[in-house]
Amino acid sequence: MWRATLRNLLAHKLRLALSGLAIVLGVAFVSGTMIFTDTLSKTFDDLFSSTASDVNVEAASAFDSGLEGSGAVSTVSADAVDEVLEVEGVAAAAGYVQAEGVYVLDRDGAVLDTGGAPGIGISWEPDRQLSSSTLVDGRAPEGPAQVALDVDSAEKAGYALGDSVPVLTTGPRVEAELVGVFTFGDTGGSAGASLAAFDTATAQELFGEPGRFDGISVLAADGVTDAQLRDRVAAALGDGYTVRTADEQAAALAGDFQEGLAFVEVFLLAFAGIALFVGTFIILNTFSMLVAQRTRELALLRALGAGRAQVTRSVLAEALVLGVVGSAVGLAGGFGVAAGLRGLFGSFGLTLDGGLVFALDTVVWAVAVGVLVTVTAAYLPARRAAKTPPVAAMRDDHVAVERSLFRRTVVGSVVAVAGGAALVAALVVDDGSTAASLVGLGALALLLGAIALSPVLARPFLRGIGAALPRLFGTAGRLARENAVRNPRRTAATASALMVGLALVSGFSIIGASTSASVDALVEESLGADYVVSTAVGAPFSAEIAEQIRGIDGVEAVTQQRFGQAAFDGAPTFISAIDADTLDSALVLDYVSGGTEGLRDGGLLVDEDTAASNGWSVGDSVPAVLANGRPLDLTLGGIYAANQAAGTVVVSLDAFTAAGGEPLDRFVYVDLAADADAGAVRSQLEGTLEPYPVVTLKDQAEFAAEQRGFVDQLLLIINALLALSVIIAVLGIVNTLALSVIERTREIGLLRAIGMDRRQLRSMVRLESVVISVYGAVMGLVLGTVLGLALVQALATAGISRPVVPAGRMLLFLAVGAVIGVLAAVWPARRAARLRVLDAVATA
Amino acid sequence: MTIQDIPTPRVGLDAPAAARSVGLSKIYGAGDTRVVALDAVDVAFPRGEFTAIMGPSGAGKSTLMHCMAGLDSVTSGQTYIGTTELSSLNDRQLTALRRDEIGFVFQAYNLLPTLTALENITLPMDIAGRRPDQEWLDRVIDTVGLRPRLAHRPSELSGGQQQRVACARALAGRPEIVFADEPTGNLDSRSSADILSFLQTSVRAMGQTIVMVTHDPVAAAYADRVLFLADGRIVDGMSAPNRERVLERMKAFDAALGA
Ligand SMILES: Nc1ncnc2c1ncn2[C@@H]1O[C@H](COP(=O)(O)OP(=O)(O)O)[C@@H](O)[C@H]1O
Ligand SMILES: [Mg+2]
Repeated sequence: MWRATLRNLLAHKLRLALSGLAIVLGVAFVSGTMIFTDTLSKTFDDLFSSTASDVNVEAASAFDSGLEGSGAVSTVSADAVDEVLEVEGVAAAAGYVQAEGVYVLDRDGAVLDTGGAPGIGISWEPDRQLSSSTLVDGRAPEGPAQVALDVDSAEKAGYALGDSVPVLTTGPRVEAELVGVFTFGDTGGSAGASLAAFDTATAQELFGEPGRFDGISVLAADGVTDAQLRDRVAAALGDGYTVRTADEQAAALAGDFQEGLAFVEVFLLAFAGIALFVGTFIILNTFSMLVAQRTRELALLRALGAGRAQVTRSVLAEALVLGVVGSAVGLAGGFGVAAGLRGLFGSFGLTLDGGLVFALDTVVWAVAVGVLVTVTAAYLPARRAAKTPPVAAMRDDHVAVERSLFRRTVVGSVVAVAGGAALVAALVVDDGSTAASLVGLGALALLLGAIALSPVLARPFLRGIGAALPRLFGTAGRLARENAVRNPRRTAATASALMVGLALVSGFSIIGASTSASVDALVEESLGADYVVSTAVGAPFSAEIAEQIRGIDGVEAVTQQRFGQAAFDGAPTFISAIDADTLDSALVLDYVSGGTEGLRDGGLLVDEDTAASNGWSVGDSVPAVLANGRPLDLTLGGIYAANQAAGTVVVSLDAFTAAGGEPLDRFVYVDLAADADAGAVRSQLEGTLEPYPVVTLKDQAEFAAEQRGFVDQLLLIINALLALSVIIAVLGIVNTLALSVIERTREIGLLRAIGMDRRQLRSMVRLESVVISVYGAVMGLVLGTVLGLALVQALATAGISRPVVPAGRMLLFLAVGAVIGVLAAVWPARRAARLRVLDAVATA
Repeated sequence: MTIQDIPTPRVGLDAPAAARSVGLSKIYGAGDTRVVALDAVDVAFPRGEFTAIMGPSGAGKSTLMHCMAGLDSVTSGQTYIGTTELSSLNDRQLTALRRDEIGFVFQAYNLLPTLTALENITLPMDIAGRRPDQEWLDRVIDTVGLRPRLAHRPSELSGGQQQRVACARALAGRPEIVFADEPTGNLDSRSSADILSFLQTSVRAMGQTIVMVTHDPVAAAYADRVLFLADGRIVDGMSAPNRERVLERMKAFDAALGA
């Protein structure tokens, strides 16, 4: 039997290639995802473990917030550095300065594109033992007019040693001579971030506080372990400091990223899963068809005395060989996918240096998945093949008895209805996380139900839209329709791959469109100011800007908004700080009780949910602690309906500043006087912002557009990934059609013999393809619409308040479905048209 | 008696022919695998005549039909359908010619499984985008006796019924000539008799021209004329054949070949 299996594999190279392709693609995506996430992890691990010092000291936060971007000012004094130097076992110690929001500008004065990665400013440590960067060219920066850049940034901006480099800080913009370039950490990578290094005094001046540091690097003397040193330093400094060994430091830093990284991994693996899921259909379909085509051959084997188990085994063995080979090729393809993903993420700013990481895990998983899926997909057809009666070998046209779709109908309906019920339940349930998991489960059930039902629905659908085909395309149209209807399971399985892909794409489109519409509505409803001044990513900027804008003629009110963290009852939360005087001109808050007045003199405004969950009402005294440990005694002065721009908690700017909150603005709202010349004011505003390229001026519409931009970018990534599943779906259609053409060689020959020309034949194959893919597209769009709307409803609490179905885009997807059909048919149609009439007629 | 003793007849070359060939040769392969399937065959099929072609397996019967019908290219010589010389036609013209001027009945796989009997019958006209001549169509259908089965799919028809549908299809477009390659090869004698008398009727009553390849002396007896093919050459002919005479002639061949 083994020889028969191998012979059979080799005898049908084309079929082999086609079915192998599905496996290759599925495995390529899975392994590509794994390679990419491994690479991602390694990049960050390297980045965080590249501290050269043995022990690191930082000022402790008042609470373990776990929230990024705290915006609290808590620094280490020069005295602390001296104290550390006193500690026994310290070989060396030095304070360092490090800040985000320090951008390198290119020659045109534009911020060097880090694509979302931070621009970081650091102090250059003269004691090289304590530094984690390595100079590769030039020398260390000294004095206020010298800077060193990381190699990548210098290269990107095209700066050479001696060039004058403009650097933008949260404070003033400076020009400094480039005197050195360096690499960071062991791998030299900075994950896309730009690094600008000044000497310590200049760094403190530009983006720190004179005489203060962000942390202390400590080197242990010989014979002292990191842990011992940590304990001694901690004991010497007392409370108020976080002292960590190098390992702990790396772990702590990495920990913050781990969550984000885990998310990326889950996200990518979800897509890999989708790709594999879609690929499974193709493999299943292919094997079903291959076995069907070999019915006679298998029956002959049975007639010659092969047992059922032997026939099953021979088909499974074939799948096994194919699975192993496909997985191996897919693994190689995975490298390509990983490289592609790296490029994709790179274009969004996450630059990954160093080579791709190829772990043993990846090999094991890829092969396991590829082989398992293939063998599983081949099992059902194999069992069916084993049941082929030996008499089928003798009969000329053994027509496989069409199995009833009854069970499918029942199971599919039950699962789909259960999924629908879960979606409905999700809308009723109050609890957000329960609702989200109900939506997830419901979506999955609905998808599976739809897949189970698709052969049942195929017939009426194809007959319905197929009714027009004979009228439009004559005999070719009629034959195409009949061919598509002929085997509803095959048609459905082929269409299902496209259905899954398009369901996801259209579902995400609905979420995207709804989010965009919600952003527009939000901006329109809650923004009272004429202009917003901010960076695209909500990064902090100098309060200078607000001051300058106040001086412009025609500006009525300028409102600064800052962010920070505070703990209420020990629970940390983001707070925003806003001028009490001008709040009403900037934001439109919808008060449930109290009002803006309540914000003055140590007042506090919170949204309804926050008030409800804490049991607060207006007039209550609410004590808080800022991240720097300073207490704030606040009194609740107003409760407003949820407002994205204001956030959940608002304190007055005065109180925030007094308590030592970060003196940098995140948003500045500008309201014009009623009689102001808008055009003139705008150009003055823009003039003011000229030295700050990252800070931009936006009117309401532009601000909304900027906010929408994030959504669009995210959708772009998601769609780029989903495109892969659509490509697999297309290959699935190609596969099915090509196999159908082989299967129908005789029919095609007959058609040619009795006078169908090549053009008609091609259009017959093409129309069948279009009909199938349009069926998949319609199913996908319907499903995607249901899922998208359900998700939007579930996300209503997260601010997506406007469900929108982008009709134009949906029609576009439908058209894409049809085009996919045409494209998928190109090769099979040509093959059909090329068949020699006699080959077809004469093969007995 | 040897094959050489039998004079090669040049039958029907003068009457108006529905199809004819001049010096038709067909050679497959080259070198060691070279096979001369047809060796300078001159033959003509007069209008309104039912011709049977007989000969041992591998004699070139199918090849002759395929070449004459424009399904296969010729190595040398000419073939004509009516007055049209086939080698001058491109694929498109050939296709149209097959559709409009030629009817086919193969041994098996004559029908598209997705179409009903009626749809199969009118298929060549549908492909051409032509309406069938309803009166003629009715006559053909009634002659083959398929009226009650028109809405059935091939899988719901017996082998004999399927072949009758194939015959009806071949005739429905009133082609210049019908080629049938062992149309009864897969059928029992009852069904064979039905098909053969139908073919005979269509020649006698409707004036159709039919060329049929067969192994069976009984089938050949339905024809007006039998041509014997051996080693790619027409070696004998017989008018108004009957079973006994055909059998006798075949025995003579076997003896000659055995010799
Ligand atoms: N496609 C082909 N390639 C090579 N040889 C062929 C091909 N078709 C037929 N032949 C050879 O041509 C000869 C005539 O074949 P055919 O016309 O099928 O005979 P018949 O129909 O009389 O049994 C045979 O020797 C056969 O082997
Ligand atoms: Mg033959």
